[in-house]
Amino acid sequence: MAATIELPLAAAARERKIWLNRVSREFPNGSGKTRALQNIELEVRAGEFVCIVGPSGCGKSTLLHLIAGLDQPSEGEIWLEGRRIEGPGSDRILIFQELGLFPWLTVRQNVEFGMRMKKLSRRERQERARHYLRVVHLSHFEDSYLHQLSGGMKQRVALARALAIQPDVLLMDEPFAALDAQTRDLLHDELERIWSTTEQTILFVTHNVREAVRLGDRVLLLSYGPGRIMNEFSIPLTRPRHIEDVEVALTAKNILAQLREEIDKSVRAAYHDE
Amino acid sequence: MNKIIKQLIFYCVLLGLWQTLVMLKLWPPYVFPTPAGVFESLRLGFADHTFSIGVGVTMKRMLLGYSLSMISGVGLGLLLAYNTFFEETLGRLVVSVQSMPSVCWLPLAILWFGLSEKAILFVVVMGSMLSISINTEAGLRNVPRIYGMAGRNLGASGTRLFLFVLLPASLPNLVSGFKQGWAFAWRSLLAGELIFVTLGLGQLLMLGRDLNDINGVVAVMVVIVAIGFLVDSFIFRAIEGRLRRKWGLSTSV
Repeated sequence: MAATIELPLAAAARERKIWLNRVSREFPNGSGKTRALQNIELEVRAGEFVCIVGPSGCGKSTLLHLIAGLDQPSEGEIWLEGRRIEGPGSDRILIFQELGLFPWLTVRQNVEFGMRMKKLSRRERQERARHYLRVVHLSHFEDSYLHQLSGGMKQRVALARALAIQPDVLLMDEPFAALDAQTRDLLHDELERIWSTTEQTILFVTHNVREAVRLGDRVLLLSYGPGRIMNEFSIPLTRPRHIEDVEVALTAKNILAQLREEIDKSVRAAYHDE
Repeated sequence: MNKIIKQLIFYCVLLGLWQTLVMLKLWPPYVFPTPAGVFESLRLGFADHTFSIGVGVTMKRMLLGYSLSMISGVGLGLLLAYNTFFEETLGRLVVSVQSMPSVCWLPLAILWFGLSEKAILFVVVMGSMLSISINTEAGLRNVPRIYGMAGRNLGASGTRLFLFVLLPASLPNLVSGFKQGWAFAWRSLLAGELIFVTLGLGQLLMLGRDLNDINGVVAVMVVIVAIGFLVDSFIFRAIEGRLRRKWGLSTSV
């Protein structure tokens, strides 16, 4: 609930949900290896909304893929409530930047997909799909195909598809990057509203610092290649917030200054390569 | 509607041109068919059941051969798509062999099976199976990675990931493979029938030649083209249209 933000101590007292213990990830690269993530040490408490910012190529997406179990760390381990993560699980769902919705299914069939894989009964699937489509305001589009929807609507289908599995942890990879400002605003509000009722733990990757400050209880700044946690900011602003709030802008400014240094590094590295 | 009128006009003009050429008497009648003669041959052919039996026999061979091609082609495609060893070895061979015209299998087929149904089925299968398997392989390989990841993320794995994600994701490619496979099978079958197998449309063509009946020959060709047209518009176009509407691909086909 929103109370966790007003009383940071209460949040601190909550159980540890996710723990990354000295996690590194290397990818083979021609002759050698590229280190995408180095020595990530991270704890996320249950019900916390954590945003991760960093320059492109800093391994933000890799981090979420690791937690989702779609990828394995080269070193270190990832724990979810005392169990080591070794593969995908319905307790945590990743919303991809590209969404990965299935164009051969209708909106409702997309939302039902995860539940079908969990072998829930037809009736329960339909009820839940209907419920979550209502939550994201897409009730009238349940029989539509994806190409009939706008970008923001597709985004909400992906959200409903993830929520319908009722995961404890939502992992979101730059989900709103491709949307116009108005739609994004709206989805921020919706996401905040859903989060405050479901008490899910959310890890949200973005390159937009304001968005991170608008949504997060905590913002992590990742450095450029290899990705390390450079800095961590707790955001004690009251909710609901808005992206145009002065406090949001001021808090973001400070983080942005540090991010810019990292972006400069990444740009210089890119030029150097050429 | 507009399209149908255009097509109607086109075919009327085509018939008119043909009739004009006939009336100019540029060639002797045993070399140049007439619309009326072809129509009469068609009518007679169906009236005495020669054509119906020919179509029936040919289509039966086609369905049997094509089904075998689909099953074995998809199976081989799966093997090539998911097994690197076979892809690197057998894959190359499949592509090379596929480039060979399927009639080239005929001598081998006759030596193995004699002048029999088995021989013609063998030629049909060899003519279309490989193109189906190549398309199946390409279809499965070209499934965007994101679908597989999304499927795993949502709890699908193994057979279920294949059945519910990878297979439907590659369906548009599979269907074009099946369409191409059908065309190859059809060509192989008629080529085979021309040469030795009794009762089919291919043999009716050869019979027309033996009797020096140009109108009869063209009438059988009309039947062959008509079958191709019907299969394309009522089976493949229908399926492709459905897929395109679902996926939101361009519908201007």
